[in-house]
Amino acid sequence: MREYILRRLLLVIPIMLGVALMTFLSFQLIAGDVVDLKCGFTCSDAVRQSLREELGLTRPLYQQFGDWLWGLARGDLGESLATNVPVTTELARRLPITLELLALTMVFSILLGIPAGVISALRPGSIIDSVVRVINVIGLSVPSFYLAILVILFGFVWFGWSPPQFGAGGHVAFYEDPWVNLQQFLFPALVLAFGSSAIIMRLTRSSMLEVLRQDYIRTAWSKGLRERAVVTRHAIKNATIPIVTILGLEAGGLLGGAVIIESIFALNGVGKYLLESVILRDLFVVQSVVLLFAAVYVMINLAVDVSYAWLDPRIRYS
Amino acid sequence: MAQDVAALEIEAVELPKKPAWRKALTLARQHPLGVAGLLIIVTLIFSGVFGDILPVGDAEKLHLDEKQLAPSLSHPFGTDNLGRDVLGRTILGARISLLVGVVSVTVGITIGTALGVISGYAGSFLDSVIQRGVDILLAFPAVVLLLAIITVTGDDTAFKDFIIDYTRIPENTFLGIPVFLDIFIISVGIGIAVAVGTVRVVRGAVLSLKENVYIDAARAMGASDWRIMMRHIFPNVAALVVVLASIFLPIAILAEAAISFLGIGVPEGTPSWGADLTGNNREDTRNGIWWPVFFPGLALSLVVLGFNLLGDTFRDIADPRLRGGGGGGGGGGGSPGL
Repeated sequence: MREYILRRLLLVIPIMLGVALMTFLSFQLIAGDVVDLKCGFTCSDAVRQSLREELGLTRPLYQQFGDWLWGLARGDLGESLATNVPVTTELARRLPITLELLALTMVFSILLGIPAGVISALRPGSIIDSVVRVINVIGLSVPSFYLAILVILFGFVWFGWSPPQFGAGGHVAFYEDPWVNLQQFLFPALVLAFGSSAIIMRLTRSSMLEVLRQDYIRTAWSKGLRERAVVTRHAIKNATIPIVTILGLEAGGLLGGAVIIESIFALNGVGKYLLESVILRDLFVVQSVVLLFAAVYVMINLAVDVSYAWLDPRIRYS
Repeated sequence: MAQDVAALEIEAVELPKKPAWRKALTLARQHPLGVAGLLIIVTLIFSGVFGDILPVGDAEKLHLDEKQLAPSLSHPFGTDNLGRDVLGRTILGARISLLVGVVSVTVGITIGTALGVISGYAGSFLDSVIQRGVDILLAFPAVVLLLAIITVTGDDTAFKDFIIDYTRIPENTFLGIPVFLDIFIISVGIGIAVAVGTVRVVRGAVLSLKENVYIDAARAMGASDWRIMMRHIFPNVAALVVVLASIFLPIAILAEAAISFLGIGVPEGTPSWGADLTGNNREDTRNGIWWPVFFPGLALSLVVLGFNLLGDTFRDIADPRLRGGGGGGGGGGGSPGL
């Protein structure tokens, strides 16, 4: 297994290099337009040229790429073209928000998804199974942005409620006031978790059904164990192995979902930063944030692959 | 003994052949959810194709004297803040969703399958090269990849100007499709994401197909690689491709809605379900005007639901062992982020 982990780790390097190269080359396509946008139509060619030189866009490509990579290694990601704020400063400010949102979402989706899937598998065909499956299908079909808007809309119309961060105080960090902070993140995380938990629920259910058919479960029953012991000690542990793999794929979807949810609920996270920069064509920001998202996703998948080998003893000893 | 048996003169009993429509009816009765899904999708296609000529209120021209009317008999879904009939807009939105969905999935699956078959069948160097490329593209989360593509191909970019100047793709209305070029670019963008998802799966299937003896036999008989691919590999991958298409179509529709919602998809004013959920309509919800936002979103959810139900039913029919909500690890649902 150690070779497996080592091989997997080594693979990450060329992939990340390829990702960086691809990101860099793609955004070189709009480098010219960026200058146009910063300048507007009122600039003369001379001003435009000097702006290009200032931004370093006239150097040969390999030099720009090398400098960018070197900057990444040193922690210098460039500056926003719109606000001249260094990218790292903005990221430092916004990263905790996105991380908190993603962490809460993962917690909620696991807390909602796994028990529902287990119960549904233990009592197939029952009323609770049907209810769970209906909610499941709704969760898979309703897009998160629609759900978010409905939550805000009907919260307002029926309860006069508005997300706390819309008001005067703005965003409150966790260490300032934990209770208000959790209130601000509760609904965004729940909305995002709804879709994610539907996938987990469905997978847990089918995985549990598969596991419950196994011989070792029958052995456990015939030993006289109570249902709770059979389920918790044997069934759930084995059923959750494929779920770990799916969590990795889900993380990618959640990274995208964070972009949308942060926009709707006015949470100033990295996702919202990316979106704003895309609209403004803020080249250096988009480049760096896209790379960041890809790097995080690659790391998550690496962790999932490694943990999969660790969790499933069959792979470990094969 | 043999003569006794022969003497029995057993007559073969012919079972009455069931006409096709009867079989279909039995299937329908066994899978009511699938029928519901099918009905939804038929409604979608109908709205998309015939949207223009249906007798509903005007969805595109502004009627500023009829702003924000609540649902009533003359406007069953009410009007939005520019006086446009929401029912009409919802029906026209179906066209964009359907179009983007079908084009992106067609483009994506075609490219993905071609690459997957070549990659899987050719093996060695070509396979490695293609797989590295796919690995790199797969490293980007889907929405982020889409955002990147849109940044590079959006309005006022060198890329888009290039396309406008050097190709003859129409910019405005073409075949009744508004803002044709933008829709085309969005579809191809989503198609790239779909292709990336398809390559891996198809390659896996081809790799296992290659193990079959008949491939070796064909090669021994002198069949060229091309012939083997066409005659043996492609037909066997076809079923998988249809399943993939049924999974990716709702995802593509959701993707278009999501990027239009974020404001970076279809241009301003084009009737799209995603776009109708944002902008002025969203502002209006703060005043309790819920209908411009509610109905397009409901239509979107129903369409995705329809595809999910239909896909589930197909998988049930094709392989009942997959029943139990599995179907390959929860495939066929909307992407969690969307």
